[in-house]
Amino acid sequence: MKRRVLPGLPLSLGITLVYAAIIIVLPLAALVFKAASLGPADYWRIVSSDRAVASYVVTVSSALAATVFNLVFGLALAWVLVRYRFPGRRLIDALVDLPFALPTAVAGISLTTLFATNGWFGAPLSELGVKVAYTPLGIMIAMAFTSLPFVVRTVQPVLEELDPALEEVAQTLGGSDVSIFRRVILPLLTPALLAGVSLSFARSLGEFGAIIFIAGNQPFSTEITALLAFIRLEEYDYPASAAIASVMLIAAFVMLAVTNLMQARALRYTVRN
Amino acid sequence: MKPHHSGRRPPRIGDDPLFRRVLLGVVLFFVAVIIVAPLAVIGVQAFSKGLPYFAGAIAEPDTLHAILLTVLTALIAVPINTAFGVAAAWAITKHDFAGKRLLTILIEIPFSVSPIVAGVAYLFVYGLQGLFGPALESAGIKIMFALPGIVLASMFVTAPFVARELIPLMQAQGRDLEEAATSLGASAWRTFFSVTLPNIKWALLYGVVLCNSRVMGEFGAVSVVSGNIRGQTNTLPLHIELLYHDYDAVGSFAAASILATLALVTLVVKVALERQGAGRSKRPATLAGNDTLSEVKP
Repeated sequence: MKRRVLPGLPLSLGITLVYAAIIIVLPLAALVFKAASLGPADYWRIVSSDRAVASYVVTVSSALAATVFNLVFGLALAWVLVRYRFPGRRLIDALVDLPFALPTAVAGISLTTLFATNGWFGAPLSELGVKVAYTPLGIMIAMAFTSLPFVVRTVQPVLEELDPALEEVAQTLGGSDVSIFRRVILPLLTPALLAGVSLSFARSLGEFGAIIFIAGNQPFSTEITALLAFIRLEEYDYPASAAIASVMLIAAFVMLAVTNLMQARALRYTVRN
Repeated sequence: MKPHHSGRRPPRIGDDPLFRRVLLGVVLFFVAVIIVAPLAVIGVQAFSKGLPYFAGAIAEPDTLHAILLTVLTALIAVPINTAFGVAAAWAITKHDFAGKRLLTILIEIPFSVSPIVAGVAYLFVYGLQGLFGPALESAGIKIMFALPGIVLASMFVTAPFVARELIPLMQAQGRDLEEAATSLGASAWRTFFSVTLPNIKWALLYGVVLCNSRVMGEFGAVSVVSGNIRGQTNTLPLHIELLYHDYDAVGSFAAASILATLALVTLVVKVALERQGAGRSKRPATLAGNDTLSEVKP
């Protein structure tokens, strides 16, 4: 039987296309156009300048460190929330989303105050000789905070659906807890972990608000790429700002492809199980 | 939720009492340090000079203006984005057309783009260096460094919020009810308001709440397009930065406490809506979800 066609396509699709064109496509196209109008030689000179490359290194290495932390901590947090019962569990479950709900500027001043040398955590840490605020470690902490929920929220549902029979079979076969976790549970969680990790890394690459307060923002050591694009703008160096922003845009599209791939894999895996 | 096991079975992996205690301790320690402490320090700092000082800081004309501008931005951006999200979800889930998958990915793009890149991109459309800047300037229309720019940038960063809550749900609900309604002679609007809307209301509200929270808290994109003019184009997050760099920590945290309260209210509403079945049900947290077009199983 042929499906009946529902009304409203011209209007709803019309609104969608016009809105997407004006709000999403137009600005991104304008940015690409501006960057492209530089010409290959100038473009390359700007995006491969020492200061720009240093900012890529700072951004990517901090994002990697934050993501590794979130991988371990996110898995542990998801595990505790799903498998253990303890007072305050639901409160913590709700609080996991705080980094998404709390505006990044608020997170920025809050983390900076905590980790400054006279802060709650900064003071004892500086006695141990560890400086967090205004160092790459601060950038890492800000990134870890803002992307914290991703791994937890991708792993949590998979962990909830995990069939206890799998573990029981492995236990009756005499596996130790460690080897069962490593060889039975971890492989089942891997697609979700990878999906969470790629989302977390992508978010960290683009983060700005939470970082600029705690980073110190010194060129070549604590300057992230997003800030460099912003600084070039404030210096009225519009082509340089466009070029650097376009590098971030390319990175975002690469990460969009990666996260989509990872999520598709994670989803297929969940459906198959 | 899986039923608990009877005592005779061996304990599950990780249920060893010592391991359990250690893992729980470590996780709770990090939750306290990374999630609870940042929240607590806002309150402590905001009230560190007492309640009257806090009230005075909030009542500063520039702070009040920033609050007003933030609310005004949300009042414009959120309804428009909601209409867009509903239209997009209706087109994508209730109809078949070429390029649907591409459109879905397109809508999700703002989630992957850094807010700074978004702000810079808008400058190259409406700024003096941009495509339309000179023409707008000679026509006397001000978009950058004014309310329209702030609204546009906010709409960009939150464009996917409503659509991505509605699309998976409406996909799962199928088209049968709407088909029945129209075949019985209901108009398109009647079908939407009496058949579709009651089924998606919680998910819609969920998307709207998250969208609003992000609009009111947006910093990066708005900081590029606003020009940070004190008492004129400073939204609340920008005003927090300004006070912080003025070494007015208490004023800054007082303003921040408003947004932190908004964040907590958002979390409470979010949990309440999740109890109604909105949100997390079918989909892992997404930056740019791919599962939105997955086939609906009969």
